[in-house]
Amino acid sequence: MPIVTDSQRSATRTQVHQAITQQNRHLPSIVLSVTLLVAVTFTLLTLFSLLARIVTQAIPAFSERGASFLSGTIGSEPGKVGIWPGLFGSFAIGIGVLLIAVPLGIGAAIYLEEYAEQNRLNRFVVVNIRNLAGVPAVIYGVLGLIIFVGWLKPVTNGGTVVAAALTLAILVLPVVIITSMEAIRAVPMGLRDAGYGVGASRWEVTRDHVVPYAMPGILTGTVLALARALGEAAPLIMIGAITGLLPETSLSGKFTAIPMLIYSWSGRPDSSGGNIGWSNAAAGAGLVLLALVLVFNVIGIFLRNHFEAKRVGT
Amino acid sequence: MNGLLAVADLSGDPRRRAHDRRMQRLLGSSAFITIIISALILFVLARGSIDFLKSIGWDLGVLRDSSKAPGWFPRRERFDLITIVMGSVLMGSIAMLVAVPLGLGTAVYLSEFAPTRVRKILKPIVEVLAGIPSVIVGYFALKFIAPNIVDPIFSPDQSRNMVVAGLAIGVLVIPIMASISEDALRAVPSSLREASYGIGARKSTTTIRIVLPAAVSGIVAAFIIATSRAIGETMVAAMAGGRDGSGPRVLDPLEPGLTMTAAMTNAAGGTDQVNSGAPFQVLFFVGLLLFMMTMGLNVIGDRFVQRVRQQY
Repeated sequence: MPIVTDSQRSATRTQVHQAITQQNRHLPSIVLSVTLLVAVTFTLLTLFSLLARIVTQAIPAFSERGASFLSGTIGSEPGKVGIWPGLFGSFAIGIGVLLIAVPLGIGAAIYLEEYAEQNRLNRFVVVNIRNLAGVPAVIYGVLGLIIFVGWLKPVTNGGTVVAAALTLAILVLPVVIITSMEAIRAVPMGLRDAGYGVGASRWEVTRDHVVPYAMPGILTGTVLALARALGEAAPLIMIGAITGLLPETSLSGKFTAIPMLIYSWSGRPDSSGGNIGWSNAAAGAGLVLLALVLVFNVIGIFLRNHFEAKRVGT
Repeated sequence: MNGLLAVADLSGDPRRRAHDRRMQRLLGSSAFITIIISALILFVLARGSIDFLKSIGWDLGVLRDSSKAPGWFPRRERFDLITIVMGSVLMGSIAMLVAVPLGLGTAVYLSEFAPTRVRKILKPIVEVLAGIPSVIVGYFALKFIAPNIVDPIFSPDQSRNMVVAGLAIGVLVIPIMASISEDALRAVPSSLREASYGIGARKSTTTIRIVLPAAVSGIVAAFIIATSRAIGETMVAAMAGGRDGSGPRVLDPLEPGLTMTAAMTNAAGGTDQVNSGAPFQVLFFVGLLLFMMTMGLNVIGDRFVQRVRQQY
């Protein structure tokens, strides 16, 4: 008589087969997968309902107003407002960030990665930059209010778009430095060694080899910084951006920016008269802001691909 | 000289060396500007705080409103700090209740379960979410979360309340939670997972018992840094939180409330606008407190991130 009967043997075989092919469902595994899928679905759902809400609410503003929604000025009637002063302000802020934060940030990153010795002072500089990156935006607004609106009034003329650009440049500076440092750190040592080997100075190696190689990463950081600066509103409230009436746009007068318009307009009640309410106007401005941010991201990706193709040497 | 090289010949052209030193000084000064920025932030906040304390006569009792209905009413010289700190803590907690499960779940899925193809699509989508400006999330809070989610479920007295703002701040910090924890999970060496599979563990067991414990310091870092962001978030709290200085002492999140950040915007350019005296200067004091809170959280969070880097 056999020790293991045929029926026992086939039972074992099915058990093993089920375990290997995972037909034998394990409850904790199912619970975990379902939980994770629910989390991912919720995250995606949030993003899509946010985009859908902005787009559907923005449609009336664009279909009824067309280009005049972009070129008109701000005012007290949702059916007649335009976002031109906001576009002007945001554009000026973008230029300011490019002119101030990007060169300073890349310079600082080059110094910290290529020149700085590993001593206590330089380590402190790096830690300090990390901390600056985590300081809430509203606190940069306080800094801008006192320094750029107050102390530097002769230069900025008070709460103008120049003060706003300076404040936001300071706000995104740590982002530019940190991303550029990461890009420069990823440059292979051999590239530098080869440069030094043929007698190049440190600056020549940096300028001709390290920075070009790190350019894709630096550009990505720059684009992220720009997008962040364009979307920031809290510092602008602090330094006194306008949301009421702004008949003319200038570098030396009162100013506003697109995020300020969204902030102000979405808080106003929708009256029943007219086809376009404040929430439509706010969504219209929101769509323009999202489009700008998205365009910057696309430009960043394009530039990165361009530089990466060049790096391979094709 | 006998056709031999001297050491001086190897040091290169003096003009090129001088140029190199000039560049070093120039680049170095741009790095040290960041130190000046930090010093200026501290100076501005500290000076304003001292002015504030002077104008309330160094009477710290003012910061704890003992009247029957305590609250934050700067124009009436009533600065109940507990109100705004509780406002920030309440909205921050609601935000983390949203961000931790969704952010961590997304991170675990992306790092452990998602096929490469899905990951390639999903990761940029999460990055898009990270790039959405906070005013737009504020709009979403007012025009979607309040009327379509919170109003029908909880039917609060006012549609701008701490739950609405908290949920929206949660949406804003999901990507931070997700990306820092995903980095931590992916830093866990695959040999650990393989060893676990090797002794016959399932994927779920491996994830829960091996990968998550190994990545725990990174996940804690993600939590701390996300909390710091949630407390420092201004726009959503100001737009959707109700901006009511009489709120949080009642501890009902369905009431409108005021965060420290929203109190600062009120003092500078919002409803409480006055440009001098204690009602204005208090913004520096609140700013200093906020600065210290977020800085403390960031420093602790950074420690945990460093620990992940050292481990593997």
